[in-house]
Amino acid sequence: MTRHFNPSRRDLLTGGGALIVSFSLAGEAAAQQAAQRPLSIAEVDAYLAIDVRGRVTLYSGKVDLGTGVRTALAQIAAEELDVPFNMVRVVEGDTALTPDQGTTWGSLSIQAGGMQIRNAAATARAELIERAARRLRVQADTLTVSGGVIRAGDRRVSYGELVGGRMFSLKLDPAKPAKFKDPKDYKIVGKPIARVDIPDKVRGRFPYINNLRLRGMLHGRVIRPPSVGARLESVDEGSIKDVAGIVQVVREGNFLGVVAQTEWGAIKGARQLKASWSKWEGLPEQAKLFEHVRATKVFRDETTGNVGNTAEAMAKDGVRKLAATYEFPIHTHGSTGPSCAVAEFRDGKLTSWSASQATHSLRRQLAEMFKMPVDDVRCIYLEGSGCYGRNGHEDAAADAAMLAKAVGRPVRVQWSRADEHGWDPKGPPTLIDLRAAIDGSGTVTAWESEFFIPQQTDKSFFVPLIPATLAGLPAKPDIAPGNIFHNSNIPYRFANVKAVCHRLESTPFRPSWIRTPGRMQNTYANECFLDELAAAANADPIEFRLKYLDPADKRGIEALNRVAALAKWEKRPSPQRGAGGNVAKGRGVSYVKYELARTYVAVVAEVEVDRAAGAIKVSKVYMAHDCGQIVNPDGLRNQLDGNVIQMVSRTLIEELKFDRSHVTSLDWESYPVIRFPDVPEIVIDLIDRPNAPPWGAGEPAAAVVPSAISNAVFDAIGVRLRSVPYTPEKVKAAMRSGA
Amino acid sequence: MAERRTLNVNGRSRTITVDDPDMPLLLALRENLGLNGPLFGCGLAQCGACTVHVDGKPVRSCVLPLSKVAPAQKVVTIEGLSQGSRLHPVQRAFVEEQAVQCGYCINGMIMQSAAFLAGNKNPSEADIRKALAGNICRCGTHTRIVRAVKRAAGQA
Repeated sequence: MTRHFNPSRRDLLTGGGALIVSFSLAGEAAAQQAAQRPLSIAEVDAYLAIDVRGRVTLYSGKVDLGTGVRTALAQIAAEELDVPFNMVRVVEGDTALTPDQGTTWGSLSIQAGGMQIRNAAATARAELIERAARRLRVQADTLTVSGGVIRAGDRRVSYGELVGGRMFSLKLDPAKPAKFKDPKDYKIVGKPIARVDIPDKVRGRFPYINNLRLRGMLHGRVIRPPSVGARLESVDEGSIKDVAGIVQVVREGNFLGVVAQTEWGAIKGARQLKASWSKWEGLPEQAKLFEHVRATKVFRDETTGNVGNTAEAMAKDGVRKLAATYEFPIHTHGSTGPSCAVAEFRDGKLTSWSASQATHSLRRQLAEMFKMPVDDVRCIYLEGSGCYGRNGHEDAAADAAMLAKAVGRPVRVQWSRADEHGWDPKGPPTLIDLRAAIDGSGTVTAWESEFFIPQQTDKSFFVPLIPATLAGLPAKPDIAPGNIFHNSNIPYRFANVKAVCHRLESTPFRPSWIRTPGRMQNTYANECFLDELAAAANADPIEFRLKYLDPADKRGIEALNRVAALAKWEKRPSPQRGAGGNVAKGRGVSYVKYELARTYVAVVAEVEVDRAAGAIKVSKVYMAHDCGQIVNPDGLRNQLDGNVIQMVSRTLIEELKFDRSHVTSLDWESYPVIRFPDVPEIVIDLIDRPNAPPWGAGEPAAAVVPSAISNAVFDAIGVRLRSVPYTPEKVKAAMRSGA
Repeated sequence: MAERRTLNVNGRSRTITVDDPDMPLLLALRENLGLNGPLFGCGLAQCGACTVHVDGKPVRSCVLPLSKVAPAQKVVTIEGLSQGSRLHPVQRAFVEEQAVQCGYCINGMIMQSAAFLAGNKNPSEADIRKALAGNICRCGTHTRIVRAVKRAAGQA
């Protein structure tokens, strides 16, 4: 593969080895650079810099969370600028260096962030051609560009000569984007270029946040309350006097931490420190979780779909009525590496290094927490373990800042596995009621849905920082589960539709967004219930969907037709007839138009159900995926595999366990996830549309996996599973009740 | 009390000073020797992110106390798997298959696979899946990882 001349973090980190940063030097150099950099998203210079040798630095507010977008964004910039791919390096998520392009979420890094970058690059290229025309005294349209060199016959001038080391000083107008390259001329976009991070990752020398060490840095650990709402009553500092290297016990309100010279000292100190806490048992009973959800006070109803009059249609004589309730449990992010962060206070200013997906938001939250001007806080992104939403990174960043402030030296905080499982924000429990009416001809005449989901209290999407809450520092007690109303409405055209989200006042655990938040849970219920209607109408599940899709929505129809071809789908209603034997096989389909506005995904899952054991094996998943223009097909396939495998795990196995005081799923034994032997074969048909805008791909495919599995199980054994996870106990219970 | 301990790491004898011989090998490698390839994932031997080889066997370094590692035992980390710039066949296969997402588990996947392939030149896909069943990947890179291990088989 082509190596980048110098991966971004190498500026701040010396690659490999001890990774010790001489921070007085790196910090000053970066600060000087920062002082000169415009950060407005409306400036070309905020995104791009070209040095005298023609090397391009791309400044991206969107960060690579292990998805490969670093490579894809560099492809977009290199293509649009007409420079070789390996001449572009990427700096990500540094509030002093990169524009605020919004949090890295919602499958928007390419779709939104990448298009801002494409616009900046196209604008820069047009300007460079203008400058070259003046310099070479020729008409701009007679010039050719390749490899960062502009030519008029045998005369030439390079980007480095034209702008090297200087600013473009050019405004961007999102309403009037620059003229983009014709996709037929693409040489870099659309190609499976190898990811720039992989060589260092396989050598064990990738600069993860966990490997950052500053000179004079100490190690911290936090000691969280034994129950979510417990108060810290007393601490016996003498209990750790025999632990070598303890520097300080830090206590503020209910926040408790230990700082030590060595990481082992901090671990031992945190384990050994005796503290007494008040009793607290404010969580609902797990066995009655969904009763609790249903009984939670509704803050507001939001109607997301309203066609015709469902009440009248349901009341008509002769219609057949169906109703079902679907449940999706509380999930944890479960990143392989627990959250980690480093912080330093110097001269009244805070620098925070973390794997936050939202350094610009984190900066505002930390400023609020420590009552500092936002300008005195700098947040720098360093990649951590895979992040599938707002997990614990921001909280760890705030922990590190708390401890660093207390001891006056840089502190690294590494969460334990129990810290991560116990305290990362959770995907909230989702309860969905569905009702429908079918007339004598098998046509659906009414569809009603109700979603019981927590409210979003603040437009800022700030998930409260744990140490701010524990220490009683300024922080708003916001509830921020993300835009989980999406895909509550359906893409199917029934005569009468009503979809209502009951936004609940509270939810048992601090919520946040985990991969495909809401869109997945809502699609799960909708696509399963649609399958129930298809079965009631004795119709083939794919034909049934095609019958109700908008005929003008050709891309959705194509996705369904292509997955049918890929899976060699046999047209017939579910369940299959006459399936005997202990192991029954079935197939199920599911479809989503993401947020009813973008990426189309259709999947077919094939399952084997062991009736005696109640065990489900997902053997094969076929997918047709249309996210418009594909920037890197190999990176895309990698993401789609990830969506499928993670969702098979979440659907079959995962459920957060808790008692009245706290989370009890504190490790991988008590919160199991999928293992290699249970991973399905995945067959993907990428629908590439080079002339269409590129849409997101990090999330949409996850939306359809749980419903495809449920529908396949129904096809296999004629039993409908409506409560995730599909554990053997639940499968056996469902078979007994013949649901 | 601080004490000196000698380890054989990546073919070299290294002496380190530690406060506590019960400290896990993982921390000695990372903090004392600056070898960041093995990563902390759980501290419970449940996920595999910290895997190193001890006398050729894959070992979870997060739960192995230093006191249990004899000076003569050969510890190899992922940094010692490659020969200078020449990657180990398993590492090369992971690049060729692009079998990485976040990569946090990849140290463990590579170290577990390298040890497995050393004793199994022609494993089936089911054998590979079984050999890696103790390693957790949360991103969902499993199918590519299996392909990479298969590609490396016979060369490792």
